[in-house]
Amino acid sequence: MSKDIWVLAETKDGKVRKITHELLTKASELAAKSGAGVSAILIGHNVASLAQDLAHYGANKVYVADHESLNTYTTDGYTNVIAGLLKENQAGTFLTGTTANGKDLTPRVAVRLEAGAISDATELDCDAEGKMTAVRPIYAGKAFEKVTFSGFPQIIEVRSNSFIAKDADESKTAEIINVTPNLGEVRTKVTATKVSSGDKIELTEADIIVSGGRGLKGPENLYLVSDLAKAMGAAQGASRAIVDAGWIDYDYQVGQTGKVVSPNLYLACGISGAIQHLAGMSSSKIIVAINKDADAPIFKVADYGIVGDVFQILPALTAEVNKTKAH
Amino acid sequence: MNIVVCLKQTPDTEAKIVVQANGKDVEKDKFKYIMSSYDELAVEEGIKLKEKFGGTVTVVTVGTTKTHETLRSALAMGADSAIQIWDDSLENIDSYVTAKLLAKAIKNQGFDIVLCGQKAIDTGASLVGGMVAEMLSIPQVYLVTKLEAVDETKLLAHRQIEGGEEVIEVSLPVLITAQRGLNTPRYIKLPDIMKAKKKELKTLGLSDLGFSVADVASKVNVVEITLPPAKKAGKIFTNGESDVAELVKLLREEAKVI
Repeated sequence: MSKDIWVLAETKDGKVRKITHELLTKASELAAKSGAGVSAILIGHNVASLAQDLAHYGANKVYVADHESLNTYTTDGYTNVIAGLLKENQAGTFLTGTTANGKDLTPRVAVRLEAGAISDATELDCDAEGKMTAVRPIYAGKAFEKVTFSGFPQIIEVRSNSFIAKDADESKTAEIINVTPNLGEVRTKVTATKVSSGDKIELTEADIIVSGGRGLKGPENLYLVSDLAKAMGAAQGASRAIVDAGWIDYDYQVGQTGKVVSPNLYLACGISGAIQHLAGMSSSKIIVAINKDADAPIFKVADYGIVGDVFQILPALTAEVNKTKAH
Repeated sequence: MNIVVCLKQTPDTEAKIVVQANGKDVEKDKFKYIMSSYDELAVEEGIKLKEKFGGTVTVVTVGTTKTHETLRSALAMGADSAIQIWDDSLENIDSYVTAKLLAKAIKNQGFDIVLCGQKAIDTGASLVGGMVAEMLSIPQVYLVTKLEAVDETKLLAHRQIEGGEEVIEVSLPVLITAQRGLNTPRYIKLPDIMKAKKKELKTLGLSDLGFSVADVASKVNVVEITLPPAKKAGKIFTNGESDVAELVKLLREEAKVI
């Protein structure tokens, strides 16, 4: 029997995040192959009620560290609690998401456990002993590297949208282990948190992304992109060119020096497809290009495309999506 | 203030990737190398701190003598000295070993603040910073878009999180990783390049850091590098607006993505 596969459960606004469901789905698939169990760490404040939700996606055991002092993420507090649990229970593998906190925590936990770590895995497999093989993009998706670990534990940060979460199976239950968290010394203090309105969809987690580029001619025309995004329930993205030109905030940039995304559907509107943009979105499942230049490189990676003027096509597309939605 | 900046030399973002015949490496001869763009932000921030509080900026990297040109650019920007760490046994090391080498060199150097880019633009790993901080037993703030120095001992770091930011108060020593928005790196002027040539650039081997080859065995190994599968030609329409209904139908019924 292999050592357990552990998953960090992340929550937001009282719900388990989608990435956690994706990780648990994958973990239970790998656990079945290696004869391992799946353990989840549920950490935060007022999160204990979510433990069975994790069971529905494949956790056999849920370690609950629910405490007021864990209400806000801190590197030290979370690392101490999580690394402590992994060490004590001799975890074989630990999966986290490539999220703000996942990125912050993973390298520290790895060193604490003297374990090898990788980030941004997009494929994952294991043998009967639970030894992992992972694939991760390098050069922002222009190539992929397949990696293996020299030993256990194996620490793996997984990119959002790499695996599809299965539907919840509400008949499943998990053993709940309540943990008294020992945060140790916390050397940072969060003095303020500013989060923009909750309805904004995070680019790296979005199922659909509508991005705009220089073809929109000016910031005043970006409403064409946001209108379509809204109609499709999509997140809005941007090319580096228009971020550099100051039309839109860096937060929206997709590409090698911006966000690397892999949604189900990516619509590139008025984006020519510079190599640095392609690097950030070419792993999208379906790519649609709308550009007036038929020779634009974006059409080489597109599954569907329309050669034409974004000023005519985007409003028509928004109307068509709204129309078919109404049916 | 004793400021150390970790940096990495990477191929520029326009680089075309060709896999070598062994399937485990990429052709590096034709790459044009630059300082990883997030590391450039880290160097700039280090120099700004020095300008405010005095002290020295030391830049450190792991890589062959090829990295000297990148270290010299950091010196031209205003760093005071540079450290290059290399040994032939370090070809293809993982993040863990890279961090181990950097942490040891930084510890020997002495530090109040360590700055890194939030990720390297080639491997995109984002691991070395946190590993170095843990190895040095100091706190860290990742993805920093604004750094305010309260005084010489305390900082307010604005950390990017999903959909917003946190302001984090932390005392030195600390490790910060730089995200875009932190600053605009300065342009290097010709006299600065001349001046940089006279600054100290030290090369350290494994034994200088007290390591043996066995100490730098990677925990993660690359077994294969592949290029993305070639995409089959897409369905591209050329009648403009009148194709919109067909496109939406295909996305719904064929691709099943809406």
